[in-house]
Formats: sequence, C-alpha cells, structure tokens
Amino acid sequence: MKIIACIKQVPDSEAKVKAENGQVTWGDSPLVINPFDEYAVEGALQQKEATNGTVTALCIGPASAKDALKHALAMGADNAVLVSDAALTEGLDTAGAARVLAAAIQKIGAEMVVFGRQTLDNGAGLTAAQTARVLGWPMLGLAGQIKVEAGSVSVERVIEEGRQSIKAKLPAVVSVVQSIGEPRYPSFMGIRKASKAEIPVWSLSDLGITAPATMLTRSDIMSPAVRDMAVEIISGDSPEEIADKLADKILAEKVL
Amino acid sequence: MKTFVYIDHFKGEVQPASWEALGLAKSFGAASAVVFGAGVDEIAKAALEYGADEVLVADDSALMDFRTEVFASTLSALASSLSPQLILFPTTTRTRELAAMCAVDLNCAVITDATAIEIVGDKLTVTRPIYEGKLFEKTSGTSALQLVTIRGRAFPKPEREAGKAGTITKVPAKADALSTVEGYNVAEVGVSLNDAGIIVSGGRGVSNNPSLQAPAGLDEKQTEVWRAQQGFKLVGELASTLGGAVGASRAAVDAGYIPYSNQVGQTGKVVAPDLYIACGISGAIQHLAGIRSAKMVVAVNKDADAPIFKVARFGVVGDLFVIVPALNAAFKKKLGK
Ligand SMILES: Cc1cc2nc3c(=O)[nH]c(=O)nc-3n(C[C@H](O)[C@H](O)[C@H](O)COP(=O)(O)OP(=O)(O)OC[C@H]3O[C@@H](n4cnc5c(N)ncnc54)[C@H](O)[C@@H]3O)c2cc1C
Ligand SMILES: Nc1ncnc2c1ncn2[C@@H]1O[C@H](COP(=O)(O)O)[C@@H](O)[C@H]1O
Repeated sequence: MKIIACIKQVPDSEAKVKAENGQVTWGDSPLVINPFDEYAVEGALQQKEATNGTVTALCIGPASAKDALKHALAMGADNAVLVSDAALTEGLDTAGAARVLAAAIQKIGAEMVVFGRQTLDNGAGLTAAQTARVLGWPMLGLAGQIKVEAGSVSVERVIEEGRQSIKAKLPAVVSVVQSIGEPRYPSFMGIRKASKAEIPVWSLSDLGITAPATMLTRSDIMSPAVRDMAVEIISGDSPEEIADKLADKILAEKVL
Repeated sequence: MKTFVYIDHFKGEVQPASWEALGLAKSFGAASAVVFGAGVDEIAKAALEYGADEVLVADDSALMDFRTEVFASTLSALASSLSPQLILFPTTTRTRELAAMCAVDLNCAVITDATAIEIVGDKLTVTRPIYEGKLFEKTSGTSALQLVTIRGRAFPKPEREAGKAGTITKVPAKADALSTVEGYNVAEVGVSLNDAGIIVSGGRGVSNNPSLQAPAGLDEKQTEVWRAQQGFKLVGELASTLGGAVGASRAAVDAGYIPYSNQVGQTGKVVAPDLYIACGISGAIQHLAGIRSAKMVVAVNKDADAPIFKVARFGVVGDLFVIVPALNAAFKKKLGK
C-alpha cells in the first residue's frame, strides 16, 4: 500500500516562545518535526510493515523544513517531498494547506494519508479533515489504532466518551493520536540514509495550482497575562495538620 | 448577527460547552440552535430551555451516529440555504472535523479554540491560544460566514429555564456518509475532563510506595502497576469527594497505570478547571501545556524542587500516599460528606 505521512516543522516544545512587535520568536531553539506528526510517521510505518507498502513524508514549508522530512526518512520513510513556494507565505491557513496537500497527494498517489492530531504552533486540528474533504475521501480522525484489510481501513477513534470503531473504503485520510504507539527512534542506518537523501522540492506550478487565498487575518499576538505565582508551601507537624490547613486555604479561595 | 449554534452530543448526551456557546450567541442577539441526530427531541427542547430562540433539527436515521461527512453535508446545506453570519460550535473531537469540512464546502473561515470573541459592527475578532497556550492571537475571518469553535469553560453557561417553549423546525438530512460505525467502547469516565471544574491528577509518583505489599505472584511490572492503582485509588477518592475528574500525566499513561483518555497535557487534553491538584507529577513543560488555563494549581510532590511548584498556588512537599488521604479526610469533614 502507498502511504503518505503529512508533517510540519515547528519550534521545539521546550522553546521559550515570545511575541515581539507582532512577530513570534523562539530564540535559538531548534525547529523540529511537529511532535504530533512523529505519531503520524509511526502510524504510517506500522501500516507500511503490515501491508508491505511504502511511506512518503510530505511537508509544506521553507527549505529548512527538509530537516523535518529527514527525521521522517531516518525513522524509516522511503521517500520525502517538500512543497515550497515563495507564494506560500505565513498567510497559509489550514484550508489553504489542505488544498496544497491534496494536490501533492494526488500527484504522489496514495491509498492512505496519515496526519497528526494538530500542529504545535497553530494547533487548529483542522487540516486533516479539510484535506479529506478536498479529496472527497473518508476521514477517520484521531485513531488510536489502524487496521487495513481488503481495500478497507478500520480505526479505533479516541473520542471524549471512549472509543468509536469506524470503517471506510480506501483511499482514506486518517489522523492519529498518541495511543498509536511511541514513535520509533531513527536507526543509525536510517540517519545515514536520510543525511544523503536528495529531497525533491515542488513548487505550486509543479502541482498545477496557484496559491490559495487566505480566509484569516491576524490583528494581534499577545503573551498570556503572567500570574504572580509565589507558591505557598503548607507545612505542619502531622499530615492531618497539613491537610487541614491546605483544605482551609483552598476553601478560602472559593474555587470549589 | 445571525448566529447558529451547533449542539454537539454523543448518543443524546450533550457536551456542556454547547450550552456555553448558546449563551455566548445570545449575548450577540438572536440565536438558532442546530441539532442533528436520530431521536433528538429532548435535545431540541433542552436547547430552547437554555435560551435558543428557535431550533433547527435534522432528525434522521442517516444521522444516528456521528460521521463527519454526512453531518458536514447536512450543516453546509443548511447554512447555504439560511445564510447565517456565524456558526458557533463547542470544541470537541467531532466539531473540529465537522467545522473543518464545512469551511471547505462553504469556502469560509474557521477558527478553533476561541477563548474570547469581540464583535464590533459586523466584524468578529476571536482570541485563541497558539504555541500550546504560550501565546494568544487575535484573528478574524474575511468571509461573510465564519465558523468558530469555542473552548470549554471559557464562557459562562446560561441558566436553564425549565419548560421554555419555542419553535422547532425540521430540516433535511443528507445521506452521503463515507464510513460505517462498527461499534463503541464507551469509557466509564465519571466526570469528564473537558468540563470538569475540579481535576485531581496523578503522575509517575502514584506507583512510588515501596511499603505497599502487592498480592503474591505478580512480577515486577505488575507489582508497579498494582501499586499505581492503589495510588490512583487515593487520587480518585479525593476527586470524588470534590466532585471532580481524574487526570494523569503521560508518564502514568505510558506506564499503563491509567488510560490515555485521562492524560492531561500537550498530547493529551487541554483542561481549564478552577482547581487542579497535581499528585506525584513533576510538572514537565508538556504537562503544563495542558493546565495553563487552570485557575488554581495545588501540588503534592516529594521533591521540593519539582517544577510543578513554580505554577502552583499552594504546595505540600511530602508523600502523596500520606497527604492525599489526609486531604480527602479533611475535605470530607469540612464539606460535610
Ligand atoms: C512530544 C511530547 C509530548 C508530551 N506530552 C505530554 C502530555 O500530554 N502530558 C504529560 O503529562 N506529559 C507529556 N510529555 C512527557 C513529559 O515530558 C514528562 O515526561 C511527563 O509529564 C512526566 O510525568 P510525571 O510528572 O508523572 O513523571 P516524573 O517526571 O517522573 O515525575 C514524577 C514526580 O513524582 C514525584 N514523586 C515520586 N514519588 C512520590 C510520592 N510518593 N509522593 C509524592 N510525589 C512523588 C517525584 O518527585 C517527581 O516529581 C510529553 C513529552 C514529549 C516529548
Ligand atoms: N505545512 C504542513 N505540511 C504538511 N502537513 C501539515 C502542514 N500543516 C499541517 N499539516 C498536517 O495537518 C495536521 C493538523 O494541522 P493543524 O490543522 O494545523 O493543527 C498536522 O498534524 C500535520 O499532519
């Protein structure tokens, strides 16, 4: 089976992200593969193994995003494609990304496309379903488990209320959550292979599309209000005394 | 502003943030509630009682189980024919995908996780967290129709006025589902994390009680899990005394102490309780990403240097196996339970 994993490059989650003059900065923290998309690559690789298939990692981003694709290659993806175009600036919203991804998916060809749950930077969690809609493919979202059988895919979808098992015909779009399994570490061989890989870069004209119009405008970026959070450590001579004091303090804050 | 509010439910159980969305919509003017499903009269009536001016109901066996495509087609058709300017949704696993697809169908803006909305004239500006809540952005859609999903517990829940009547209008359902539902495995969650006012969470520390004697015949890993279950029992008892939900760190989930659906944090759930009590949780940045909106954090940890104390209002440096049951007893006494 031909599988595509969609990945984005984002600032590391440990990064001290700040807003400065309407711009987001993260100092010298590295850019990494979106952590949710490591699960997407893991889920795709599991299906590659189960079906004796191939995995192509796909990313829209600047040239530097090749590093995120190399991470996917090092994990075990067979191929990688970067879509990069000067016309795709910051203004690309999720629907726009979905249109570009859908065009790239059609050019690569696939029976299953695996997405992460959401991006760390934008965090919308919309792109997978929007890509499915553009392609006209079924969407099996938030899978904790995937099973492919005779032209169909079944997933266990992790929802608020528990799990829902759904099934659809391939080709299909799947997004995954952490329960899919810990992303495998890149192997030594994988890292060597990835470091030598030539990653093709496609422009929008290669995909036969123009830049999608954005539907969103951002008017401000703010840091959250800092809380003066001097912790008050509650101590006492016995656990009962500590518990009694702490319960009183909590009750006095009227949060119950 | 002509506003629709999509009421999200699972087998008739409404996600409470749906009512919060309805209350928000009412603060902008008249609001029509939208209810999809099979046999959803009770939900339609509840929507009127929570303040909807009218309810648009697609009641059809094709909408028995939530499947994104058919719900999206039904909602997109409804929006095309009635032209609202705004559709509000609670943010849930279902509505993210639903709003996503409708935005493609209707070629309009979609904004998720709103924590504040301002309307000036016809212009809507939404505040939402980005970079895991490290920053917030203000954003507006450029299309005539906008779809906005709101964060749970970010807006007040309206009062329910029992018996309030109003018009319920049937609208057509589509039947273009692309998937079939094979079954459910519904978790016994008690109070759900998403709308919990109080959450008591356990981390890797819940297994750390070497003096607990495990039943004979368990291997090392089973003993650890057994110990963790004793720890989570204490966490659960405190949660139940306070009428709250049980959460967990990823370390506790990965070690198999508790299901993934209880996980709080970056790759788990983002929660916004009034009170969050972290027991045996170190406070890694990815865990804190899930609790930035908590009004008050209380930490119980053996290690005085644990980073969780940096975000806590109150802390106890001590063994959770001693402190948590004592705290439970103290609350029971004070709350008369
Ligand atoms: C991409 C990515 C995503 C992640 N997403 C999440 C996420 O969604 N949620 C999440 O929680 N983590 C997440 N993590 C993991 C995170 O980095 C931490 O590893 C995890 O939160 C640690 O869990 P913990 O605090 O329970 O364990 P530890 O860090 O091991 O802390 C255990 C704590 O318990 C204390 N303790 C031990 N025994 C006792 C006792 N008897 N009484 C009191 N205290 C005791 C210790 O002092 C210690 O502070 C993620 C990591 C990555 C890389
Ligand atoms: N620029 C991108 N390139 C490739 N895949 C992306 C991109 N942006 C988002 N995705 C995919 O869509 C998922 C959801 O993103 P979002 O809707 O932005 O939260 C991510 O986890 C990725 O799998």
